[in-house]
Amino acid sequence: MASVSPPAPARSAAHPGADDRIRPLGPLQRALRRPDLGALLGVLVSWGLFAAVGGPSFTSASGTAAFLADAAGLGILAATVALLMIGGEFDLSIGSMIGAAGMLLAILITEFAVPSWLAVLVALLFGAGFGVLNGWLVVRTRLPSFIVTLAGLFVLRGLTIALTRWLTGRTQVGGVADAAGDGLVHALFAARVGPFSASVFWWIGITVICAVVLSQTTFGNWLRATGGNQEAARNSGVPITRVKIVAFMLTGLAAALVGVIQVLEAGSADTLRGEMREFEAVIAVVIGGTLLAGGYGSVIGAALGALTFGIVRQGIFFTGVDTDWFRVILGVFLMVAVLVNSWLRTRALKAR
Amino acid sequence: MTGEPLVQLTNISKYFLGVTALEDINFPVRRGEVMCLLGDNGAGKSTLIKILSGVHQQDQGTYWFDGLERRFSSPREAKAHGIATVYQDLSMIPLMSIARNFFLGSEPTRGLGPLRFFDGPTACRVASAELAQIGIKVRDPEQLVGTLSGGERQCVAIARAKYFGAKLLILDEPTSALGVREARRVLRYVRQARDEGLGVVLITHNVNHAYPIGDRFTILGHGHSYGTFSKDEVSREDVLELMAGGEDLSDLGDEFEDE
Repeated sequence: MASVSPPAPARSAAHPGADDRIRPLGPLQRALRRPDLGALLGVLVSWGLFAAVGGPSFTSASGTAAFLADAAGLGILAATVALLMIGGEFDLSIGSMIGAAGMLLAILITEFAVPSWLAVLVALLFGAGFGVLNGWLVVRTRLPSFIVTLAGLFVLRGLTIALTRWLTGRTQVGGVADAAGDGLVHALFAARVGPFSASVFWWIGITVICAVVLSQTTFGNWLRATGGNQEAARNSGVPITRVKIVAFMLTGLAAALVGVIQVLEAGSADTLRGEMREFEAVIAVVIGGTLLAGGYGSVIGAALGALTFGIVRQGIFFTGVDTDWFRVILGVFLMVAVLVNSWLRTRALKAR
Repeated sequence: MTGEPLVQLTNISKYFLGVTALEDINFPVRRGEVMCLLGDNGAGKSTLIKILSGVHQQDQGTYWFDGLERRFSSPREAKAHGIATVYQDLSMIPLMSIARNFFLGSEPTRGLGPLRFFDGPTACRVASAELAQIGIKVRDPEQLVGTLSGGERQCVAIARAKYFGAKLLILDEPTSALGVREARRVLRYVRQARDEGLGVVLITHNVNHAYPIGDRFTILGHGHSYGTFSKDEVSREDVLELMAGGEDLSDLGDEFEDE
């Protein structure tokens, strides 16, 4: 017998699993087991690189605000996409949702003179509702969410362009800022605190909430279980249908929020807003240590992945290198991140 | 064992789209016994345990559990009444921590309303204590289940079922993927659960696992039961032959009787 258990002692909570042979993990060993360690290294390396090459204009407050604002737009998405991917699903329709929700907001305000707070509410509800539809379709059809939301990507973008042109005769709608005014809605979504845009605070807030949901709630436990092994989760009594639909609702809602922020910041809406964002969000999440297969990952990592994105995109701009190289760097980053993460996961499963 | 059986299935039949999966099955399980469920692939073992655990419902017959006639509409309902099923690969999630796995679907919480959070410290403390009791030493209950051996995972799944008040433990091929030492460890723990008064339904293909631990043996073949035998009625060799195919043996019996 491999291990000899002592004659069953009285149940004692005071000495849980006390054993001399087993040393507790040090803080360093614990840190090395985190899935988001690679993303933290990515942030440090890329920031260091561009700080060295880009100089003070990159490290200044305005430079920092620039890459934070860039990261925020992606990070709001990435936080919820991380939850969804840990739950084992994809949402490729979020890029189209950014354009759709933004256009919906702009048209409601400018064409129908809807109060801006109500228009924002409608746009956010539209995003959440479309997410619920995605989730329901995935659960009911049992098709891969990759396919279901890929269809959503095209349908939603196509509808946005077609309906906008039919209603307004154009594919861009301006004048939102004048119509919406400077009230509470503007303050909430488009104001600045010093050089920092409101989206940065939304990003931080949403990241904190999603991270708490993942690690500190029952729902977070159910997400991991659903993504880790759907059948085992079902056997254990996890309501996987509800878990998935809620996760899709969150990505739809986050995409609509990004659309709302973009339109209120820019004062105009464009039917093509948000293109490629669905893939950028997946890349940020994967850089952050979340497995493509689901079941394992980190919201903090997704935020760090989005931050890496912002640093690289703005850093290239500050260094004067041709921005055409951005996508090349991004692709390489993605490959390296996936390699590092699969290595870290193997380590996590071996650590004992 | 005295008293009424923990489980009594009487004349249970189940059909899928006109195909008979089970017909006229009688299946008793007492408290404090290991009932081995034997039979070839397609014999109906899975259907039977799915009826027991609430995944399927019988088309005919009665299902008594713990003194009352039951008809469980879901695994969750059966679980709430104390029927725990441990599936071969489908009870633990490798990429989740031991503590989170232990409480999956029954998470401890603290706080109120929207501010109700998963009680991680309690989960870790209880999981550690329960694991220590069955002799599994882990450095940290937050380490992933994937770091445990197959036998340890089965033991944790059984410990979890016991902790949540299981009266009937259904084990589906708990040792089939395990080495000799690991299998022995799981079986020893199964025996311990039996000695504590649980009813155990054990499905296995391995006579060396079934015979030493089984108190009674029920053999299924083609959706029919070939009977339930207690250990003093059958030898290890009999069980082996029964497992190889109850039908062959009963045919053999008929031939002898005809002569």
